[in-house]
Amino acid sequence: HLFIHSISIFQAVLIILHLSPFGSLLFSPFSSHLSSSSPIPHRERESFDSESLLSPFPQISSSGGISAMDRSPKRRSISPDDATRFPDEVLERVLALLDSPKDRSAVSLVCRDWYSAESWSRRHVFIGNCYSVSPEIVARRFPRIRSVTLKGKPRFSDFNLVPDNWGADVHSWLLVFASEYPFLEELRLKRMRVTDESLEFLALNFPNFRALSLLSCDGFSTGGLASVATHCKNLTELDIQENGIDDFGGEWLSCFPDNFNTLEVLNFSHLNTDVNPDVLERLVSRCRSLKVLKVNRSISLDCLQRLLVSAPQLTELGAGSFSQELTPRQHADLEHAFGLCKNLSVLTGLWEATAMNLSAVYPACSRLSFLNLSYTALQSQELASLLPHCPCLRRLWVLDSVGDKGLEAVGANCPSLEEIRVFPADPFDEDMINAVTESGIVAVSQGCPKLHYILYFCRQMTNAAVATVVRNCPDFTHFRLCIMNPGQPDHTTNQPMDEAFGSVVKTCKKLQRLSVSGLLTDLTFKYIGKYAKNMETLSVAFAGSSDLGMQYVMEGCSKLRKLEIRDCPFGNAALLSGLEKYESMRSLWMSACNVTMNGCRVLAREMPRLNVEVMKEEGSDDCKADKVYVYRTVAGPRRDAPPSVLTVSSL
Amino acid sequence: MATAEADMYVTINFEETELRLGLPGPTVPPPPLGSRTGAAGKRGFSETVDLKLNLSPSAKMDGCDPHGAAIKTANNDEKMMNKDELILSAAAAACSNNDPAKPPAKAQVVGWPPIRSFRKNVMAVQKSTAAATTTATPPPPAAFVKVSMDGAPYLRKVDLKLYNSYSDLSESLGKMFSSFTIGNCGPNGMKDFMSESKLVDILNGSEYVPSYEDKDGDWMLVGDVPWEMFVESCKRLRIMKGSEAIGLAPRAVEKCKSRS
Repeated sequence: HLFIHSISIFQAVLIILHLSPFGSLLFSPFSSHLSSSSPIPHRERESFDSESLLSPFPQISSSGGISAMDRSPKRRSISPDDATRFPDEVLERVLALLDSPKDRSAVSLVCRDWYSAESWSRRHVFIGNCYSVSPEIVARRFPRIRSVTLKGKPRFSDFNLVPDNWGADVHSWLLVFASEYPFLEELRLKRMRVTDESLEFLALNFPNFRALSLLSCDGFSTGGLASVATHCKNLTELDIQENGIDDFGGEWLSCFPDNFNTLEVLNFSHLNTDVNPDVLERLVSRCRSLKVLKVNRSISLDCLQRLLVSAPQLTELGAGSFSQELTPRQHADLEHAFGLCKNLSVLTGLWEATAMNLSAVYPACSRLSFLNLSYTALQSQELASLLPHCPCLRRLWVLDSVGDKGLEAVGANCPSLEEIRVFPADPFDEDMINAVTESGIVAVSQGCPKLHYILYFCRQMTNAAVATVVRNCPDFTHFRLCIMNPGQPDHTTNQPMDEAFGSVVKTCKKLQRLSVSGLLTDLTFKYIGKYAKNMETLSVAFAGSSDLGMQYVMEGCSKLRKLEIRDCPFGNAALLSGLEKYESMRSLWMSACNVTMNGCRVLAREMPRLNVEVMKEEGSDDCKADKVYVYRTVAGPRRDAPPSVLTVSSL
Repeated sequence: MATAEADMYVTINFEETELRLGLPGPTVPPPPLGSRTGAAGKRGFSETVDLKLNLSPSAKMDGCDPHGAAIKTANNDEKMMNKDELILSAAAAACSNNDPAKPPAKAQVVGWPPIRSFRKNVMAVQKSTAAATTTATPPPPAAFVKVSMDGAPYLRKVDLKLYNSYSDLSESLGKMFSSFTIGNCGPNGMKDFMSESKLVDILNGSEYVPSYEDKDGDWMLVGDVPWEMFVESCKRLRIMKGSEAIGLAPRAVEKCKSRS
């Protein structure tokens, strides 16, 4: 018995060695029709994508999928005959150790046994587009899921480009999960519609439910939160971020039972109404495992001080309103309370923080890795005073009120900085003095060589500055530049900003995500198509000169997965240049371009496994396709589309 | 009574004696749409109103809401802002700011810049409530603004901080310029000068409408925003003749039409 056991382990080790990252190479003949082996963005645990669904196995009902039966997978040398075959339980055990979704996808393509073992051992599924697959298909494919991440609306819905009733309602998913995954523990939703009814259904039908995270979702109210608080006995995580919800008061917080103490993550920072501070304090003091607490603006500094004293173990804190005038005694108490928090790595909130009050947080900053100051319009000297206290800072979010001088302070004080995001304090204020310019971003790049993520809103930029930035920091993975005036050229040379983005794609070989802005001709896209070989996400607005622009991208960017375009002169030729590409992408968005209904019909006819959807605007003429959303799917056309969303068929 | 008083002053050219911002000299005719203007200082409001009503053919007039200036500050949650309104707001925005040192304010396009609405709301609230807590120079204790009324020989000054609501202000202004008509109060407390019985008088130009210039230099109808926000942003008041105000508050006129 022992002998067999040890052989199994040896073989298991061999398997593991063969699987990661070489797995896909080893078994590539089976995945040859799925050409991409894209690096998984570090923020997404993509353990499932419709590529696995389109793989040649008969259980999956994929419309027009490659017929599997005539391509029976050859057994490879790893498991050539019965003597070295594993019992399923062993195989499942081994495969359960795999986290990487890419490995899991590769494993599932080896042979039927491995496919089956992998699907039984998978616990977490990530669905990047809720319409790419149906809940029934997911449940058949992965029978033992405990954790689901689901994303719905196209990203431009964040900027009001998608009608309210567009869809992405989670309820139909919950109904299937209730019967197929009754032991579901975690649900993370982004840009989905979630009603109170759904939240109540969730709370009542999943006895093991532990973690709920809602990011940019809408459709529910604090009543829904009350249901969750009341019925989820084992809740460890309640994370409500940036949602457009109806706020009927803070009583939901009081719905946690008196003996409830399992919470580890609580985030209600964007709810608008008051919660009862006593209720919050009692909740925090009995949840000894609480690690993440992000409160809303109704929580005063006095209350915050008491919260910190009772929960010094916090690793992430979102403070509330930080503008209250404090007496010296109160300030000292607050400072002391922050000093108790030795494990704080994330600090956010700090609404309307005054310079005086900000100094109270200094004692907690020594291990801070992420500081979010984007809810307070700090001036440069305030930032300059704060930063020396944060030597370990890796991520910083600020408003452009800090100006170039503030960014110089960043460059001078944050040698470990990896990510910076600069948001506009007042996007519609043309005369913003001391807002950031190209000098600011250059200063940051000079002082922070490890910088790899930038999101920068500015009112002016030059090609030379961007070239300098990427010369200083060639490891950018995410480069998102927003020159707020559409179509604005280099402000010193009056030339287009083509060379800026050219330098980005030429220098930053690891670039995964790019957002372009300013005056751009097709040359920018020629550069992107030629050099941005690892780019997965591209956002384009008010740019390009002709169809060629988009064509360059579709033909050159082999790893492209998400493309969103607005207000560009790209028409049907551009749309159809990507015909071969869209099935390997998650989605394409094109709005206010030159695409017509006929172009969409051609696309729909040629590519039956894509959903081609058009959202018409009032008063536009019949042949224009105002907003086009194209995505691959194995679930067929949507059955829940509102009247404003047309699924284009080839008819 | 208003008519009689107004008649008294009709022969005097108040354009010349009125204290306005901007250089003296002849009033400059409205510049062509969209061009950068060379005129120094701010133009009188009547020209702005004129511009809104007499747009170049590129902007379609049918069915669009001439309340262009308000779009500039409107919540970007307005989903279906059609192209007419975009062009209109571009026109209004371009004309309301003709300082040659600053480029004309651009039209606000839906969903641009790409910032999530919760961020915009955060900043808007911060601006209107954080006045007392900024580390910049402390706000002045009083908020005196000039009040001019069309047809009156001189201006007055009022301290907005002394009032708590629009109805307070309205009463006080009414006493100050005793030629105010006694009208109904609208839902926000401001005297509703556009009541239906006065519609005819409006068209004859003898009714008065309070308007104010805000921090951005735009002329707005008094009563739209919460009182505190109004006090924060109001730089001067002008009680204008109804006939000039039609471009400013067409919804009010339409409200009357639908009521009658």
